Amino acid sequence: MKKVTKKIWNLVGIAVLIFSMLLSGCGTNSAGTQLQGEVTPDGGTNSAGTQLQGEVTPDDSTKGYVERAYAGEFKGKKVTIMGSIGDSDLAAFEASVKEFKENTGIDLQYENTKEFEASITIRVDGGNPPDIANFASLGLLSNFAEAGNLVDLKSFLSEDYLKGQYKDSYIDMTTMDSPNGEIMAAAMNRVAVASLVWYPKSAFDEAGYKIPETWDELIQLSEDIVADGGSPWSIAIESGAATGWPAAGWVADMVLRVTSPENYDKWVAGELSFTSPEIKKAFEKMSEIWKNEDYVYGGSKSIVSTNYGDAVQPLFTNPPKAWLHKQANFMIPFFPSDAVAGEDYDFFQLPSIDPEYGIPVVIKGDMYAMFNDRPEVRAVMEYFTTADSIKQWIMMGGTIAPMNGAEDSWYTTDVLQRVAKVLKNADTIRYDASDAMPATVGAGTFWKGIVDYFSDTLDLDAALEEMQSGWNNVED
Amino acid sequence: MWFLPTFGLFVTSFRPAKDILETGWWNILPHKDWETTEQIQLPKDTNLREPITVGDQTFTTKELTQGITVDGKRYIWENNMARLINVQEKRWTTNINFTLDNYKAVFGGKEYNIKQPDGTTIKVKGSNMTRSFLNTLASAVPSTIFPVLIATLAAYGFAWMKFPGKKLMFLIIILLLVVPVQVVMSPVLKGFTFLGLNGTFLGIWIAHTAFGLPLPTYYMYNYISQLPREIFESASIDGAKKSTIFMRMVLPMSVPALASIAIYQFLWVWNDYLVSLCFLGGRDEVKVLSMDIANLVGTRGNDWYLLSSAAFISMIVPLTVFFSLQKYFVRGLVGGAVKG
Amino acid sequence: MKTVNQKKSSANLVLLSSIILVMDVGLLWAIIKFLCNLKVHSVLYAIIGVLLVVLSVGFIFCSINWVVEQYPDKYKNLIQPFLYIGIAVLLLTMMLLLPAIETLYYSFFNASSSKFVGFSNYLAIFSDSQLIIALRNSALWVLFAATSCVALGLVIATLADRCSYEKLVKTIIFMPTAISYVAAGVIWKFVYFYQPGDQQIGLLNAIVVKFGGEPQAWTTMLPFWNNFFLMLIFVWMQTGYSMVLLSAAVKNIPSEIMEAARVDGAGEIRIFFDIIIPYIAKDIITVTTTIVVFCLKVFDIIQVMTGGQYGTDVVATNFYRQIFMQQNAGYGNTIAIVLLIIVTPVIFINLKNFRKQQGGALL
Repeated sequence: MKKVTKKIWNLVGIAVLIFSMLLSGCGTNSAGTQLQGEVTPDGGTNSAGTQLQGEVTPDDSTKGYVERAYAGEFKGKKVTIMGSIGDSDLAAFEASVKEFKENTGIDLQYENTKEFEASITIRVDGGNPPDIANFASLGLLSNFAEAGNLVDLKSFLSEDYLKGQYKDSYIDMTTMDSPNGEIMAAAMNRVAVASLVWYPKSAFDEAGYKIPETWDELIQLSEDIVADGGSPWSIAIESGAATGWPAAGWVADMVLRVTSPENYDKWVAGELSFTSPEIKKAFEKMSEIWKNEDYVYGGSKSIVSTNYGDAVQPLFTNPPKAWLHKQANFMIPFFPSDAVAGEDYDFFQLPSIDPEYGIPVVIKGDMYAMFNDRPEVRAVMEYFTTADSIKQWIMMGGTIAPMNGAEDSWYTTDVLQRVAKVLKNADTIRYDASDAMPATVGAGTFWKGIVDYFSDTLDLDAALEEMQSGWNNVED
Repeated sequence: MWFLPTFGLFVTSFRPAKDILETGWWNILPHKDWETTEQIQLPKDTNLREPITVGDQTFTTKELTQGITVDGKRYIWENNMARLINVQEKRWTTNINFTLDNYKAVFGGKEYNIKQPDGTTIKVKGSNMTRSFLNTLASAVPSTIFPVLIATLAAYGFAWMKFPGKKLMFLIIILLLVVPVQVVMSPVLKGFTFLGLNGTFLGIWIAHTAFGLPLPTYYMYNYISQLPREIFESASIDGAKKSTIFMRMVLPMSVPALASIAIYQFLWVWNDYLVSLCFLGGRDEVKVLSMDIANLVGTRGNDWYLLSSAAFISMIVPLTVFFSLQKYFVRGLVGGAVKG
Repeated sequence: MKTVNQKKSSANLVLLSSIILVMDVGLLWAIIKFLCNLKVHSVLYAIIGVLLVVLSVGFIFCSINWVVEQYPDKYKNLIQPFLYIGIAVLLLTMMLLLPAIETLYYSFFNASSSKFVGFSNYLAIFSDSQLIIALRNSALWVLFAATSCVALGLVIATLADRCSYEKLVKTIIFMPTAISYVAAGVIWKFVYFYQPGDQQIGLLNAIVVKFGGEPQAWTTMLPFWNNFFLMLIFVWMQTGYSMVLLSAAVKNIPSEIMEAARVDGAGEIRIFFDIIIPYIAKDIITVTTTIVVFCLKVFDIIQVMTGGQYGTDVVATNFYRQIFMQQNAGYGNTIAIVLLIIVTPVIFINLKNFRKQQGGALL
């Protein structure tokens, strides 16, 4: 019997052997590639080579990585980017980086995924991250920063250079905690101004409506539109797994209008509770519009079941089925393709509620974070901090540049130029709260509570408690 | 009832984008709808906030916004700002605009206008689907054959052989049916990265084979264990080897079950998105159809109506597979007589 | 003399086994190495790949089998089963079992898997109102969606068996099974679609309006009942699966038995309950098990239609949100384990069935 057991173990051993051989077959091969990579003049091609480049600090050479890239130093190198942009945005991206790709010879590959959160987590945990990832949420980004997965941009971009490219607020936003102290976790590449209310200009003027300067005037305007038999607002929050985010953007704007930016920061950091009077007041102000069945086209049934992308359509019917729609400038591509800026549509800033806090600006942004440290990746990252990297995109009307280098003339319409100006002149700029909070709250209970509140499942207090409950799961 | 939603999609996929978003697909059938027969122009200075007199009747603005029916005629604003009212009657109509644009966008890639610095616009075409179609085949066909064969081997072992630890192993296999594939992907990817299997079709085959294996094993076990016992007894008395029994009897007798479970595995792989994305990646040379379809909808889901045609295209192959394997379902190879 | 002979032959056998093993391992290694490096068009790659893998694995299987056949019966009977289940067990262990055990391990850790937290994730489940709703919904899914899938599949399989246009019926029922979840989401969006105003493009609302009703936002604004509208999609898609598998089983019922029952004057309904169901009970258990598992894992339909909002969350969507969108690995893994615990009753039934079956196992 003993012998038999031995035989079985032999067989198991053999199976293991076969499998390990199978492993080593491929393993050897990939190791070989790595080796080859490291022999090339400019160092390794993988993250293992990080140490090697540690010596090549920015002080070593006076030339930036972008300059070296244009000199052809990284010709034929591959840099992968993963993100969730697709379709026309991807085309805009390709058009924008075309010149860089052609002149540097760097093979920039954008891999897009509709399940970005899952793919990036699996890829990073699986030890196979893309070189660069395109984040749209600071909260998600901070998870990777805290886990020590990211490369500090300040390790190769000097403070002075960054200050020349960006306003301080952008650098502050992307500066995050990591196991190695504070790092600059990402480069802000594209922003969208969220605090804008769009309206059908010519019909609006024809009806004799005036742009409201205060919250009360805004409510009065809504009343007038109702009295004329129209619906003032088009609001929609359905967005698949991310349902609720358009409402969260509203909340951020409202909070900044009823309390100080400092309180906003505290709220984002979890120090000011959702159930506090300040935040509750913001929700109550918002409900003046959202919970008024006359003010909203289709009523609350329509708010929760309409896809947010479809929400701009009622503005462009004749006569408009709805007159006002608050959303960031990335909605412009959703407008009918024949709509003319400044004639068929225009915007005003969501007016202030308490004059003390002025007219703050809430933004959403796209940023690039770096997972693998190789010279050519550094070059691409440096390139992404320049306005040139999105010039084409801006000209297509899809985005606003956070960089100082962007010129007004790149914005092809007057409307876009004014959006850019709003951003430039703003005293208070804050990143969208739900995207800045830890994902457990920001992409979790916050959205969830909003949806429950506006679908009449919970009353305001219960909904606020639900939103706050997410913080219990966040660790210090 | 079963067919109607699909049929609706089929019709929808041929309708222009505007129609899709404005009217239901059944409007292609003759139906009664309001049609404007005359228009009434009110004085421009009509106060909308007071009752409005139209002819000899009086309405409120709200009524005119929603439309109000009097004697079979409906009064509704054409444009309240221009003070123009439509008077409508029910007429028979059909809405039969058909177009191939949705299919063109899916097959040929969408076109984007890109403005150049000098003010001119150039048209850029998005990627087309031919390559990803072939990639999907290259990923799905082996990923169907391998697990089904391996599962059949294992099922035979579980059903008709004795070995230690059998019950425990079987239990684990059922348990593994439930494991969500997302939890195992990070560790597996780690292994694949180490082995250099990432981004190769061999890697995706192994991944799909392993992830899909519990179901066919479980299912084939159920089938093979019900094969008549006498067959195996008489065969082993005749001195047939196990491998011979497997090849000559088990496999041929399992054809109906093999066909059904193969279809299922094929569907799963064909429509898979996340596994392919993580192990194969989204590069042009390897990306699969589901990635193209996901991309089609746009970053913010603005073109979701295009899915109507994309969904139809992605259905064609699985349906073909179904039809080609269908003849095996009806052939009761085991036959009632031998069932034990 | 005899013992010497035996010793000699067993020594030869060991030598032979070793040679064959080394050869097989070498072959496998070469093929994998080759396929890892092969850079050709995907279709060509697939053809070469399938041929190589099937031929080489076939060869390896046959060669080992041949050697094992030479062994004395005692060893042969012990080793041979592992030859059959070996590949499956090896793949499952490496790719599913070990990673799943890792999940179990990390369910005792915090969100970033860096700190051991004991059972606190498991305790958190009981105070997580969201997860409790998800559990309730998953129970509803199993109770209603799974049951109707199997019941409908069984009825259709039985009826189709004696129906002259069987193929057509089966095709129509099966068609939704061939549709991806994304596509199914679009199809049903066109059914449930709600928009303000009197022009409804959603089929269901158009019907409701036609009969003078108020249009509804079916999947969002109807708490609790919206779950059933989502289940309908699942039933629509998965009945094809249960029908195909069950109809194969129905076809195996010997016609003599049915004939005999009919001669005895049994009605069709009695035949269905007294003959068909008992006869294919095992298949029903198999199909039910898989459908229950699908129900517990149902993810895409809900993700596409409601994103788990409006009280439609189920365990799988909750798990996905925790682990990826909220980056809460510890708790997310705990939910995955809960999923495994829920399924134990199903496994128990299967095990009983398995034990019964094993009475008939040969050798």
